[in-house]
Amino acid sequence: MSMSPSNEPLQFQHFKQRRQSLLSSTFNSRSTQLFLLVLFVVTVGCSLSNLLFSPDHFLYVDTYTITLMGKYLSYALLALSIDVIWGYCGILSLGHGAFFALGGYAMGMYLMRQIGDRGVYGDPLLPDFMVFLDWKELPWFWQGFDFFPFAILMAMVVPGLLAYVFSTLAFRSRVTGVYLSIMTQALTYALLLAFFRNEMGFGGNNGLTDFKEIIGFDLQSDAVRVSLFLITALVLALAYLLSHFILESKFGRVIVALRDAEGRARFVGYKTESYKVWLFVYSAVLAGIAGALYVPQVGIINPGEFSPLNSIEIVVWVAVGGRGLLYGAVLGAIIVSYAKTRFTALMPEAWLFMLGALFVGVTIFLPKGVTGLFEGLFKAKKLSKDTTEGEPS
Amino acid sequence: MSALEQFRELMRRDRVFEFLVEDNEIIDVSHKVILYIEGLSVSFDGFKALNDLNLYVNDGELRCLIGANGAGKTTLMDVITGKTRPDSGKVFFGQRVDLLKRTEAEIAMLGIGRKFQKPTVFEFHSVFDNIELALKTSKDMLPTLFSRTTDAQMDRIDEVLKTIGLKEHRMQLAGALSHGQKQWLEIGMLLASGPRVMLVDEPVAGMTAQETERTAELLTALAGERTVIVVEHDMEFVRSIAKTVTVLHQGSVLAEGTMNEVQENAAVREVYLGEEQ
Repeated sequence: MSMSPSNEPLQFQHFKQRRQSLLSSTFNSRSTQLFLLVLFVVTVGCSLSNLLFSPDHFLYVDTYTITLMGKYLSYALLALSIDVIWGYCGILSLGHGAFFALGGYAMGMYLMRQIGDRGVYGDPLLPDFMVFLDWKELPWFWQGFDFFPFAILMAMVVPGLLAYVFSTLAFRSRVTGVYLSIMTQALTYALLLAFFRNEMGFGGNNGLTDFKEIIGFDLQSDAVRVSLFLITALVLALAYLLSHFILESKFGRVIVALRDAEGRARFVGYKTESYKVWLFVYSAVLAGIAGALYVPQVGIINPGEFSPLNSIEIVVWVAVGGRGLLYGAVLGAIIVSYAKTRFTALMPEAWLFMLGALFVGVTIFLPKGVTGLFEGLFKAKKLSKDTTEGEPS
Repeated sequence: MSALEQFRELMRRDRVFEFLVEDNEIIDVSHKVILYIEGLSVSFDGFKALNDLNLYVNDGELRCLIGANGAGKTTLMDVITGKTRPDSGKVFFGQRVDLLKRTEAEIAMLGIGRKFQKPTVFEFHSVFDNIELALKTSKDMLPTLFSRTTDAQMDRIDEVLKTIGLKEHRMQLAGALSHGQKQWLEIGMLLASGPRVMLVDEPVAGMTAQETERTAELLTALAGERTVIVVEHDMEFVRSIAKTVTVLHQGSVLAEGTMNEVQENAAVREVYLGEEQ
């Protein structure tokens, strides 16, 4: 990383300029521009080809693929949320599936209320599973979920609140490392067991499904599927920008600082616990939003989403993509999810072994993930160029 | 304590009601003492790391703490900086501020900086960023999120980098620095946070003779304006910088005075210096 003294002042000037303007560091970042460009081109291109071309046209992208890509993008958002806390702050959460599922359930409850009297039992107020359980009235926690903005709000507030309470307890008691990971795992497992129970009022092990409409639009129609895909891409882009802004700011530098030397950061005067709590909450809210975007596209949410295995899979995405890089997380989620779609079609029982082998392989051979490999090549190239131009110090 | 006694205690005429005392965080050093440590005891599982320790440090002083391993030097620093809570005793910063009621971050913001025994810097940040993160500014979350580096801060960072002699390395990752440079960077971080009191734990451990000499110059230059408390094993180094030396032994103060006085002290010779000769 050493640089020649002759070009340091120039480099330092750039550094200084970047440091002194608030937004330019987010928008002037080459990787962010490239990421947004690729995301924009792919999503808009696929959407247009789905809507404009006839099914036998060679450029036609079928609706199944659109929905699949929408699902991948919501996974990408989930991976982003893990990367923010794991890659930048060193907190390995093995329970982020819980926040994702809670966001998903909030959306699922809204979609259930939207079914209205078109359910099998035709009850105008109660979802089918409640009629089946012989419940007479809507439980209090289902109130308000017929109102879309309320459901969206809850998809963020509920995961955020749980994350706040959980992380406040954990971080204030200075629980870190493996112990914290085990606690997050226990959290999601506890929720898994709770949501399996019919008495909880969330549809037991069947979960919530058989959705019909979202804000009055038919969920099965091509236009709605494409819109959901586009909205997911837009939200991912916004979350990416916001995360980039946060992590490039001085706040982000404090986060990295406390990842590497928390004691030092504390004795410099930062209340490190508060920083960790709020970053964890931010991450959980992102995961909740990802869940809310996921459910209308796949059409079901059940307690399986709380399973610890799911949460571990998210971590594998980020590890494969390259943690500590936002686009690495996105890339990892898409690559591994695509591989999963492919392999589970071919050999469903082999997937878990594949996943395990992938994690071990990446940890040993690509500690910085796929993107780390590219970055490394890019840097090596640049470095060799620099050394030919000026004498290295 | 009976109710009457409690009432009397409350109504003592030489005291002001506690809730009337403005906690304005002004460090009152009108009696020249900046750090009052009285009757401090800490025990870990029955082992008394500090045993009824009394220590007063004057404002602007350069004080050296010496003592064998396990004498309680690091524990004392832990208590002052809020990392460890004592079983009993008082620690006051100036005459008014009770440090035992504060958290680590609050104590740091009050102006007590600390350098760890093992050099601890933010390895994945540049030298420049390390200093910037330590600067004396608001360290709450929102101001930090929207903070920009002002010209004044740039100048301040440059000044600190010049003082610790790392200006040429400002863009380098702190993790790539040599051991001695890391020690200086950590001292620089302390400086940048503009502390009243600097607690420096073994600043010359692992340094070459030249580096040690430079560190001695640095620390003596800093004292006066600030109070510097140094814990060190290297007796030559202590002799070269210290005016007042405090010897700790088994958690309490064994002797205090100039280096020569301390060395003449029979008890000290027996328990500490004697072992070295």
